[in-house]
Amino acid sequence: MKKSKRFLPACLMFFSLLAGTAFAGESIVINGSTTVLPVAQVAAEAYMKLHPGVNISLSGGGSGNGIKALIDGSANIANSSRFIKDKEVSLAQEKGVYPVPHRVAIDAIVPIVHPDNPVTDLSIEQLSLIYQGKITNWKEIGGKDLQIVVVSRDTSSGTYEVWEEKVLHKAKVTAKAQLQASNGAVVQAISKNRYAIGYIGLGYMNDSIRGIKVNGIEATAATALSGAYLVARPLFMFTNGWPTGIVSDFITFVVSRDGQELVRKEGFVPLF
Amino acid sequence: MSRKAKEILIKNIFFLFALISILILALIIIFLFFEGIPIFGAVSVKEFLFGMEWYPTYDPPEFGIWPLIFGSFAVTLFASALAVPLGVLSAIYIAEIAPPLVKEIFKPVVELLAGLPSVVLGFFGMAVLAPWMQETFDLPTGLNIANASIVLALMAVPTISSISEDALYSVPQEFKEASYALGATRFETIARVIVPSALSGISTAVILGMARAIGETMVVLMVAGGAAAIPESIFDSVRPMPASIAAEMGEAPFRSDHYHALFATGIVLFFLTLGFNLIADYVSHKFKEVGSATL
Repeated sequence: MKKSKRFLPACLMFFSLLAGTAFAGESIVINGSTTVLPVAQVAAEAYMKLHPGVNISLSGGGSGNGIKALIDGSANIANSSRFIKDKEVSLAQEKGVYPVPHRVAIDAIVPIVHPDNPVTDLSIEQLSLIYQGKITNWKEIGGKDLQIVVVSRDTSSGTYEVWEEKVLHKAKVTAKAQLQASNGAVVQAISKNRYAIGYIGLGYMNDSIRGIKVNGIEATAATALSGAYLVARPLFMFTNGWPTGIVSDFITFVVSRDGQELVRKEGFVPLF
Repeated sequence: MSRKAKEILIKNIFFLFALISILILALIIIFLFFEGIPIFGAVSVKEFLFGMEWYPTYDPPEFGIWPLIFGSFAVTLFASALAVPLGVLSAIYIAEIAPPLVKEIFKPVVELLAGLPSVVLGFFGMAVLAPWMQETFDLPTGLNIANASIVLALMAVPTISSISEDALYSVPQEFKEASYALGATRFETIARVIVPSALSGISTAVILGMARAIGETMVVLMVAGGAAAIPESIFDSVRPMPASIAAEMGEAPFRSDHYHALFATGIVLFFLTLGFNLIADYVSHKFKEVGSATL
């Protein structure tokens, strides 16, 4: 299969235009960020429905793992919630891999609290001080007299990186912060804790928790896209070289109108 | 094929299988060291082990795992405090006191506990125990040392119980009969004859149970809270070493200092469990009952 891909990329692309089943029997391996995972999941399901016989295997081991998998050739597409790092690029080049980024959606990171928490609006400055452990009680920022339990993400997650860059401005998160390993785990922890504050991707918002406005602006698709909402970032799919064949067709599908509709349904912000 | 040739063939096949498992283990250990050692080019062993700050992704990064080591020991210690009495006493009950019918039920049920996937126990700790604990004691968080210790204790009980039980069973019938013949009561027999005779086996069970707790990952990842700070009470969150590795490995850039630091944490964990196993081995040999009471 690999050989035919190398020799006949043009043919394959041509056939793909003719018939939906042109890629029957082919497969795509996708690995990477858990933030991009829901988008990739619905896109893969929809794509496989359109192209019966195509097999897309999907896993979410984190942005770093996805890029690692792309570099060592065990994945065709690496989902990433951050841009590739210099170190990863040089490692890739050593192995003859040329990662190409494709922007597939925009992710807004939302600070969240328990639904019973009366606080609705915080400034970036206040959020930063809370996460540095300098504001420790909700009453200091207009809430009840309760200790603040800071819930953060593991310091190497892409979600955390955005929080660090856009909110903390590189200051250190207090060592007392609780660490959760995924968006879902943060939601779970916050929904059961009146003392806690956390942050998640907009795609993981549900009724068990309540989002907080940042600098008076609510995180929505429109505010993230316009740039008015400050804690937002693009999400990427990386391919090895400019994609060809089925990988190209899949990426094209993700950024198509249909694909972006799926992105919107997942709670992320579509590109157009 | 002659009988002798067959014998040799079979012997070699078994040798090969034994060799393969040892070889794989050796390769894993080599890999662990190969990936972990490079961090000591960036920080000294002392800074790594006793450093108070774990900020692996900051600039400049800090790789001090003392809070993580402390967290591991805290949960293991409290878990053992709960699991040892539970495990040993239930073993004594099952082996010596329970009527046959009760034994038929208790033994498999305790062993079934060992078969529960740790993620299920972790979920129980997270979704049931944590909110309950938070409400009952009015705590800022239910994800803390106490919660993790309880769940880990649940995991260690079957290990401790079933190994202790085997130790109790291997106490020869003669000892018991001799004790009864001297007019000792059942309790006296258990407390002064059976348990002391089985002590080496029971100690082994306790140490292996502790090793199980210190190496457990999923439970501490889910319910220990994950704060990389030295706790001030048993209701504070901690981040034991396995939780740190599991949470961060997925996103650590390949072969970066952070990646190496996580492997080095794995080395520390490896030495700890190795230590526990060596102690267990030493205890079971040193205090072995001679004669027919050997375990």
